[in-house]
Amino acid sequence: MSALVDLFTAIAVSAGLLFFLAGVVGLLRFPDALTRLHALTKADNVGLGLIVAGLMPQAGGVLAALKLMLVWLTVLLAGATVGQLIARVARRAEPRK
Amino acid sequence: MSFELFYEVLVGLLVLTAAAWSVAARDSYSATVGFVSYGLLMTIVWMQLHAVDVALTEAAIGSGLTGLVLLGAAARLRATEARVVTRPPAALRVVAALACAGVAVALAVTVLSLPRPTPSLAGATVAALPATGLGNAVNGVLMAFRAFDTLLEKVVLVLSLVGVWSLAPDLGWTGRPRLRHPFADDGVLGFLARTLPPLGLLFGVHLMWNGAVEPGGAFQGATVLAAMWLLVLMAGLGEVPQVRARWLRVAAVAGPATFLAVGLFGIAIAGAFLAYPEPHAKALILLVEVPMMLTIALVLALLVAGPPEPVEHP
Repeated sequence: MSALVDLFTAIAVSAGLLFFLAGVVGLLRFPDALTRLHALTKADNVGLGLIVAGLMPQAGGVLAALKLMLVWLTVLLAGATVGQLIARVARRAEPRK
Repeated sequence: MSFELFYEVLVGLLVLTAAAWSVAARDSYSATVGFVSYGLLMTIVWMQLHAVDVALTEAAIGSGLTGLVLLGAAARLRATEARVVTRPPAALRVVAALACAGVAVALAVTVLSLPRPTPSLAGATVAALPATGLGNAVNGVLMAFRAFDTLLEKVVLVLSLVGVWSLAPDLGWTGRPRLRHPFADDGVLGFLARTLPPLGLLFGVHLMWNGAVEPGGAFQGATVLAAMWLLVLMAGLGEVPQVRARWLRVAAVAGPATFLAVGLFGIAIAGAFLAYPEPHAKALILLVEVPMMLTIALVLALLVAGPPEPVEHP
């Protein structure tokens, strides 16, 4: 059982890191602010979500696991808002084509 | 090389890179971005050293709040910056580089010549901690053993607010600092400013209350409260107070004033300035910490808000 849980953690955290890697590559390679934001928000939301899901069974208790979950939800809320705000500023700054 | 050592070396290199970037960056905006990354990396370093209290402060004040103040300054300077193209003469730059290298070498020599094992008061602090009724040694040092430093630190905080306000133009004294975000009206920021503060308030008070036994304390808690208030102000859901408002002035000095009063009370009841009578130490410390948190939160937020600006007459 414990080996299965560890396997789940390893897979979920690795998948999360993959999303972060993709997000960073997108941030560096994409051409403008809006597409870069698109790449970045996937890393923040799904990547962190997968890492948190992977770490929750290792947290050593329901309360600690729920705290991890709360961290993820707070980052979701802040990330979504900041993404929208940056996008609005970027759209205003760039002339329409 | 063990994994932990590899990780520490990697973080160390990243810290140096971020530091070098924020010094070498051409415009103040890039330098600020480098500075904020540097602060967040330093947070990881402090965590690695198991100094959770310092890590919390570094993330909240060193990186977050200072970064915000610097970003505001960079935004104000942006218009003038493009015109500044003069570089100091080569001789001056060589002298500056030599002076910086000299300081670095002196610091390195000092650190390397420290006696080993390093003299430490940690043991004595932990041994004396039960007398304060606290469980977190860091907070014991801040609020009891070195209370004088903490008191002066709070006075400096109030003085820094006076310094920022002194930059206001004469007509600014009737006005308010301007904080409203340019996109305050389209709902996104407003949504966050309505959703997050209840959680933030709880977390800030928890950090202060819990600071007695675990990492945390009035300063870290107050930073969270200040951030929540700033969020509400930036979203336009509340108005920045006028700097001449009486309640504002009272709240700004409430922390140091209570601290000073409790300190003087200590002369009468415990025989020394800032001494606490042992059975009531924890209650008195909390009595000081609550108004102190109010003062810190208020002053930090107003430092970010900047000097008051004249009222616009349309």
